[in-house]
Amino acid sequence: METYKIYILTSAVLFVIGIGGVFMARHFIKKIIATVIMGGGVFLCFVSFAERDALTFADPVPHAMVITGIVVAVASAAFALALARRIYQLTGEQSFPIDK
Amino acid sequence: METTSILPLLILGSSFIPGTLILLLREDQSSQRTFLNIFGAVAKVSLIALVFAGYMRGEDYTFVFSLAPGLNFTLRVDLLGLFFATLSAVLWLITTLYAIGYLEGGRHRRRFFAFFSYCITASTGIALSGDVVTFFIFYEFLTLSTYPLVVHLGTDKAVNAGRTYLWYTIGGGTILFLGVVGLSVIAGPIHFGQTEIIASLISENATQLAILFFLMLAGLAVKAAIFPLHSWLPISMVAPAPVSALLHAVAVVKAGAFGIIRLVYDVYGIETAGYMNLLTPLAVFAAFTIIYGSVRALFQDDFKRRLAFSTVSQLSYIALGVAITGVLSSTGAIVHLVHQGIMKITMFFAAGIVAETYGFYKISEMNGIGRRMPLTMGAFAIAVFGMIGLPPVAGFISKWYLGLGAIETGSYWVVLVLLGSSALNAAYFLPIIYRAWFCEPVQELVPRRRSGRLETQALMLIPVVVTGLLSLAAGVFAAVAGSPLSIAREIAERLYLL
Amino acid sequence: MINLPTSSLPAILVGLPILVATLSLFFRSRGKAVVGLLGSLLTAGLALIAFVEVAQLGSVIHILGGWEPPLGILLRMDPLAVVFIGMTALVGVFISLFAWWYFRAQESTNGKFSLFWPLWLFLWAGLNGLFLSNDLFNLFVTIEVIGICAVALAVLSGKTDSLFAGLRYLLAAITGSMAYLFGVALIYGSTGTLDLGLLGQILEPGKTTTFALLVITFGLMVKMAGFPFHFWLPPAHSSALAPVSALLSALVVKGAFYILLRLWAEVFGISLTYAGGQLIGLAGAVAVIWGSWQAFMQTNLKLIIAHSSVAQLGYLLMIFPLLILAPGVVAGSADWLSPAWTAGVYQVMAHAFAKASFFLSAGIIIMAQGHDHKGSLRDLASRMPMTTMAIGIAGVSLIGLPPSGGFFAKWMLLKGVFLSGQLWWAPVILTGSFLTAGYVFMLLRLAFAPARDQEPFRPVPHSLQVVALLLALGSFLIVFPAENLIQFLESSETFGSGIESIMEGGAYGNN
Repeated sequence: METYKIYILTSAVLFVIGIGGVFMARHFIKKIIATVIMGGGVFLCFVSFAERDALTFADPVPHAMVITGIVVAVASAAFALALARRIYQLTGEQSFPIDK
Repeated sequence: METTSILPLLILGSSFIPGTLILLLREDQSSQRTFLNIFGAVAKVSLIALVFAGYMRGEDYTFVFSLAPGLNFTLRVDLLGLFFATLSAVLWLITTLYAIGYLEGGRHRRRFFAFFSYCITASTGIALSGDVVTFFIFYEFLTLSTYPLVVHLGTDKAVNAGRTYLWYTIGGGTILFLGVVGLSVIAGPIHFGQTEIIASLISENATQLAILFFLMLAGLAVKAAIFPLHSWLPISMVAPAPVSALLHAVAVVKAGAFGIIRLVYDVYGIETAGYMNLLTPLAVFAAFTIIYGSVRALFQDDFKRRLAFSTVSQLSYIALGVAITGVLSSTGAIVHLVHQGIMKITMFFAAGIVAETYGFYKISEMNGIGRRMPLTMGAFAIAVFGMIGLPPVAGFISKWYLGLGAIETGSYWVVLVLLGSSALNAAYFLPIIYRAWFCEPVQELVPRRRSGRLETQALMLIPVVVTGLLSLAAGVFAAVAGSPLSIAREIAERLYLL
Repeated sequence: MINLPTSSLPAILVGLPILVATLSLFFRSRGKAVVGLLGSLLTAGLALIAFVEVAQLGSVIHILGGWEPPLGILLRMDPLAVVFIGMTALVGVFISLFAWWYFRAQESTNGKFSLFWPLWLFLWAGLNGLFLSNDLFNLFVTIEVIGICAVALAVLSGKTDSLFAGLRYLLAAITGSMAYLFGVALIYGSTGTLDLGLLGQILEPGKTTTFALLVITFGLMVKMAGFPFHFWLPPAHSSALAPVSALLSALVVKGAFYILLRLWAEVFGISLTYAGGQLIGLAGAVAVIWGSWQAFMQTNLKLIIAHSSVAQLGYLLMIFPLLILAPGVVAGSADWLSPAWTAGVYQVMAHAFAKASFFLSAGIIIMAQGHDHKGSLRDLASRMPMTTMAIGIAGVSLIGLPPSGGFFAKWMLLKGVFLSGQLWWAPVILTGSFLTAGYVFMLLRLAFAPARDQEPFRPVPHSLQVVALLLALGSFLIVFPAENLIQFLESSETFGSGIESIMEGGAYGNN
């Protein structure tokens, strides 16, 4: 098996773990971490493609995209954490109410 | 087809624009409102007269606006449309006067008159529609603009009646929508009168066309109040009298009947419809509705409900006349559009006057009222004689032609239905006359409203007298050129000559 | 692509709102509103100019900074894009005017809402960018900008329930965009390009492409609240401030739909199958019935409207099965494609106008009554006739009664259904209309009913009511230019060649 395929498989596993976490975890922080794991999977996938065709140098486009993607993902996660913290301050809740 | 005139659009505008302006007025600007109302009504009648004269000279009035390929907004003037438009416009003018008197001092008059104008816009739009799609647009517009009038009083009863009304009419509209889209897919855009299009398709698409016919018929039958889709009409009688008079005797219910006429005569064509055996179910349902409505009317004590069931019954005369083919029965059906309209509006006017002046809503309360209100109840009596079918009142002419048409085509059972219905009409209307004129009042009759020495306000009295005389005149002068009968005959003859 | 006429307008359409939004951050609350409103008017004016330009020149492109693709970013403004930009501008400018008066009327109680303006302008820039983007990654960036601004706007009121709803919304949005990005990575890995036009030509069917299509569709379905991923929409839309609810439902969800449409039409034509189209259509059909029924069962006005959005978005999904051909159908004989496209575009526009108006009216009612239990509508017809009219007119368009934009969309959809012979969708369309009539007229019935008890009633400025009414009327007025608009759209590459590629894809998928 070529090296990049291992990375892609790993990224798929991470992605699935992330999706599962977002839907199944109850605690806010767990859900947010799950999205970060998803993001990790996606970025790994991108970077592995850059490695694939590397004969002399790596493809720069995926790197550019991953950097942009990481910035976006960090911002989203920070925003989500801020919301979770605010909810905790106001109500003491750390997860969504069940009945909704 | 090219646009040749914007006059049809102006006819619509003559009620739509005043309606919109009325909405923009303040509630207390009643003189401006009255001016707009009368101005719009007079403008509409004059415009229609202008178009009528032009049409008789052979001019073509068509307005086309293309919305999308195959989806046109077409207004086109033809004799049948003009006939219906004239009816709506003239009765609108009369009813507007009546409504101004009736609602004096009432609440929400701005809303009332605005939507009243929209209703008439929709009604004349239905009359002047040049194709099925345009007809459907106005048909639904009519449903919507009537709703605020049905719930006008805002009581729980009125609001619930509005709900029933909507379930029926929206349901009917949805079915009609399905039929109209299906028809436009199979046959392309069809202008009224292009019956050859359907005729050329029956060999290939007979089943689909039959299904679509019954879908559209069911959609139209809701407004035409054909059994078993009639229940909304008696319930809607909670609306104020002018609404019941104009909309539930003329504009709304006639839109359904007029639609059935258009569907059979101008879309499918009599020959095609007859060839495909589409008309027999219509005849059966219509005949049943005639008897059923009359029987139900017998047992109503509420004045307006009795009138409403009578409307259910009378409307099916039109459907029945359409369903039995032949020049004579077609003439009868078309002329009944007008005759039933002027007679029934007279009755509703009278009912409204009695309710407003003495506060009587039930027939059992009306003993001796005829002597207090000779003009009102006199006009009412003329209408009753017409409904029963006594010569020389208008109703006689319709029944006579329907009967002759039935004999001509050998449908003798229809004659029996007509006779039975006349007997029932007599049975439920004559007791009202008897009570009003020949019974002694139970208690002292104290009018709540009075205007000088007249029996009620002039604005309400004049309309009822005028429509009463019109019902008489339409019968007496039936043979004169320009009478409803002569026009209906011409429409029918053109249909069969083609 | 490169040899299309170039124009700087696409760049300005994205850049100007960003610039103004950044600028407004330097002002205090009052100044923010002034700058924000001016920025909205300016952006809307630009959109108008863009519309005229595309109408005259046809599609135009802009190459940012002179860096040509694949490294640089190419913005493409074609008729489909400019129609969406124009719709955003029209609805957006009305909502901006509403927001201006709405926040002014509430300033005494709360001044912190001024952040609405920069957020809304960033959102607007994101939307314009989304409509103009021509590569997969750029679409990701714009949809993220939109998503984050939308959530920030949704939680602007700071109330607890809106925070819960906002977090749910944000998590859904992140999940959706990560799934989308995963698909993008796979596509880039297998083809080495992100350009939509190029991808449409070189993308080859296979496991990777199919998987990429699946994750991208999943991601976008989550973003546009397509059934069964609609769970986040009702709480988020119903708990936001009135102008925000209007923005979210009228414009934001349409962004994801736009990408889905473009990608299915331009890129993935090759891997679509008839069954796939039927499946997404089924999701739409269930959404129509389920959403309408849920709306019917709600007791709060804003929840009714929000659930109605789920149903109305379902209609959008129902055009996909019509766009993909059944086995053995020849491309040239498929005369239902144009009605289906038209239905999609008109459903988007009609819903944007009608739903914006509906949410603004709800805001007016809350302002007057202090709550939005549906009982607060009692006697509305005499207290606020203009708002009653707005609700009635917008509702009529949602139901699809003539002569509204909603009617036009449903007419075209039904026509497409009949022409394609996929008759099983017809009952869904009609049942949806009937259920919609159920909840719209339930509201109107209440509006005409007598008030039960005298609740305190605060008068609402007329200007707010006028804006809501104008938006409602807009959902009718869009019908009048229909013929020209359809012609304009059919000159578009997506509208025209997209149909071609879908047809090829459908043919391939059934081999």
